[in-house]
This record gives sequence, C-alpha cells and structure tokens, in this order.
Amino acid sequence: MVRKLINGNYAASYASKLVRAEVVAAYPITPQTAIVEMIADFVASGEMKAKYVCVESEHSAMAACIAAASVGARTFTATSSQGLLLMHELLHWASGARLPVVMVNVNRAVAPPWSVWADQTDSISQRDTGWIQYYSESTQEELDNVILAYKVAEDPDISLPAFVTEDAFYLSHTYEPVDIPDQKLVDDFLPPFKPKAKLDIDDPHGFGSLSMPHQWYMELRYLIAEAMDRSREKILKADKEWEKLTGRNYGGLLDEYKTEDADVVLVNAGTAASTIREVIDKLRKEGKKVGLARIRCFRPFPTEEFRALGKKVNTIGVMDRCYTFGDGGPFFTEVKSAMYQLKDRPVIKNFIAGVGGRDITMKTVEKLYDKLFKIKKSGLDSEKEWVDLKTPEVV
Amino acid sequence: MGKILKSYKDLPHAPITYEDTVEAFKTGSWRTFRPIYEESKCKKCWICWKFCPDVSIVVKEDGSGIIFDYDHCKGCGICAAECPAKCITMVSEE
Repeated sequence: MVRKLINGNYAASYASKLVRAEVVAAYPITPQTAIVEMIADFVASGEMKAKYVCVESEHSAMAACIAAASVGARTFTATSSQGLLLMHELLHWASGARLPVVMVNVNRAVAPPWSVWADQTDSISQRDTGWIQYYSESTQEELDNVILAYKVAEDPDISLPAFVTEDAFYLSHTYEPVDIPDQKLVDDFLPPFKPKAKLDIDDPHGFGSLSMPHQWYMELRYLIAEAMDRSREKILKADKEWEKLTGRNYGGLLDEYKTEDADVVLVNAGTAASTIREVIDKLRKEGKKVGLARIRCFRPFPTEEFRALGKKVNTIGVMDRCYTFGDGGPFFTEVKSAMYQLKDRPVIKNFIAGVGGRDITMKTVEKLYDKLFKIKKSGLDSEKEWVDLKTPEVV
Repeated sequence: MGKILKSYKDLPHAPITYEDTVEAFKTGSWRTFRPIYEESKCKKCWICWKFCPDVSIVVKEDGSGIIFDYDHCKGCGICAAECPAKCITMVSEE
C-alpha cells in the first residue's frame, strides 16, 4: 500500500488502473478532465495496459464502452454534467444489454446559465436508466467505490452498469491523503471480467434483436428489476469483503452517523455530509441529539434502511443539491415514498441547498438542525424550503 | 428456433439469442427495391461490400464479382448509391 496526496479525480484514475480497465473511451469536460488526462498518461507510459479510445463526444464514449464490454472487455469512462446528459440514450442501452460498464460522473450543474460547480441534477436525471449509482463523500471513498462498483456490476447475478459520483471541486479538486491499495489486493478482490455471453465471431449469437409485444420485452425488463433488487445484498457483501482487506467500510447503502438516539436527522448525498458530521459533533457537545443519514447508493434505493430510520426518528430533513421542477427535491420525494408504508410516518422537511455549488457551511447546517427542532416541537411549517436563497426579505 | 421459452425464468440474462443469429431471421421480404448487379461493369473495389449494413453482399471466392444475399437484403440501396462504377441498380419488386 502507498499513501498519496491526491484529489478525487486522481483517485478515480488510480482506481481505473487498479481494476485493470482494458478499454477506456472518454471525452474531456470540466471538472472531469484530470481523470482522463491521468489515464492517458498511464496508458502512454505503459503503466496501464489499456486501449485508450479518443472519441468525438460522450455519446460515442459510451457507445465505445458498450461495444468493448460486448466483446468481454472491462471498460471505464468518466464524464460530467452536459456530457452525462448527452450519454443518456446509451445509458439505457448499457443496462438493457446487461453490460457492466463502470463510469465516474463528476456532479456538476446543468446549463444555462453555465456553471461548473457542484450540483447533483446531472446524475439524478439518470435515475431510470438502470444504472447502479454510488455517491462518494471523500477522496478515499471515491477510489474504493469505483473498485466496489466493478465488483457488484460484474457479478454474474447482477450484470448491470454502475457509476460513481464525486461532487465537483469539493471532491474532484480537493486533495486528501489516500491509501492506494496494492495491485495484488485488488487483483484478488476483483478477478478478470468473465461475461456470461460475449460477441465472438467463433461462437456467434444474436445481439440487440427485436422483441414484439407478445414476446419477451416485458420479461427482460423484469429481469433487470430483479437484478437491481438483488444488487442491494451484493453491495453489502462487497463492502464487507473490502473491509476485511482494507479495514474500510462506508456504511452500506445508507451511511448513518449518530442516528441511534437522535431526535432529528438530516439526510444528504455527497460531500456536504462531511460538514454535517462536523456540525453534529459540535451540537452533540451542547447536548443536542442530532444525526445524519447519508445516501451512499441512490440506485438501488435504500428503502428498507429508510423504513428502519423512520421507526426510530420522527423528524427528518432531506437536503437536496438538485431539484425536480414541479415537485420537490428528488432525494426528498424518494425518502417520502420509502416511508409512506410505515404505520407511524415521521415528519419530513425538504431543504434545497447548495444548488449550483452554493457553499453549504457549518452555519447553514446548524440553521437546518435548529429548524428541525422547531418542527419537532410545533409541527411542519412548509414542506419545501430553499436554503440561503436571496429573497427580497433577506436583502 | 432453439428451446421453447415459457416464462422469464427460461430467458438468458440479457437480450441475446443463443441458438440463432440474425442469419435465421429472413428480412428479404421487407424489400420494395431489389439491387441488380452488372458484373461486366464492376471494378472489383468492394465498396458495396464494405458499406452494406446487413452483410448481404458476398464477394465470390474467385474474386470475379459479388452475390447478393436476397434472404437478408432489405433493399436500402446504399450499395447502388456508393458504387463508383454504377454497376448496381435498384429495381422495383413485383
């Protein structure tokens, strides 16, 4: 093991080298560029034995990965924001064809106006594409999640694509000490990719054929649904195995911090969780029982974990760094939906915060916990609230 | 067409047909125009063979020309459009 001072982008590059990705097809976009630049260096120096395909767009990058995965290659790509949106059509193709392509997406706001800063609208917009979605909190977790994503995605019982996100700049460009595991450790953890079937001219099968309404389309979609449901236990299993090897575990699909005896809990995905932890430690010293539930996997959704949380905590605030226009924060709507079947449902408040990279400070988080205590005492004031919004009253 | 499928349990994990390839699926009846080839004009450049999206042009083993696979050719006309020697023409199917 080597300890290096690297940022989230380089953590993703190192991870792609450690998993021995055989084909990397990528198109540069801020703030993802450093990921693929470093991979290009690895390949040019011979340090990484991969085919690096320079493509003309993200749509082509995903198409190249799909083609390479079809012939049985382990593939990697990375993108962000507009690039991810351009890939959208082919994201459905990768999951429909059951190809375990793995990708890193740097969570960046969607234009217009142009903004390259942290926002989770890009990856949330891929909710229904059939991709497993991991959200990382730290640079170390980014590296580990990429390796874990391959383990789950390539499992013969799963065969689904997966992406790992990192918040723009907060993670992509922030340097932290990271343990780079030994190659042998990763080789033992992740054996070479062996697909159940592949495109092979010596053993031809039919790929991408047509299915009529009375035939098998619906059943094939059902198989994806089943595989995605099964992936929950596989994610936990891979986490446990990784913990045995490295001592690191990130808490499964829903990473909870001091929720056991909590009066109020904030839900979040991504890097703001680190700020929330700091605030929790501070408020706990003042005797306030506050907690955090960090969504580490958005797909599959930690439904059971949220139901268990809803049984022990009756006031929950969900922070969204994105918005679904005409409804609310996407994490909020999903948390609400998971809790609906509970007999005694908790009160759930939506905080829309950090949109377009607006800083989520400790002061902001403290304010949200204060609000949650008020709600606990006197009930829900309003369902949704845009935090630190420049309103006429504030100006 | 291989084994009988009764439920989703019988399906492969992915939309792949194991027993058959597209070769077993005849698409020739989709055609409204049929490519006709004049071997004497052919320059043997094989551009038609490269462009055919359905692999329905076969170069003869002795290299003397091409044969159309009318069981699969959908009559798209790309071969006729690309042929620099104009030795392929599209004629209406009856």
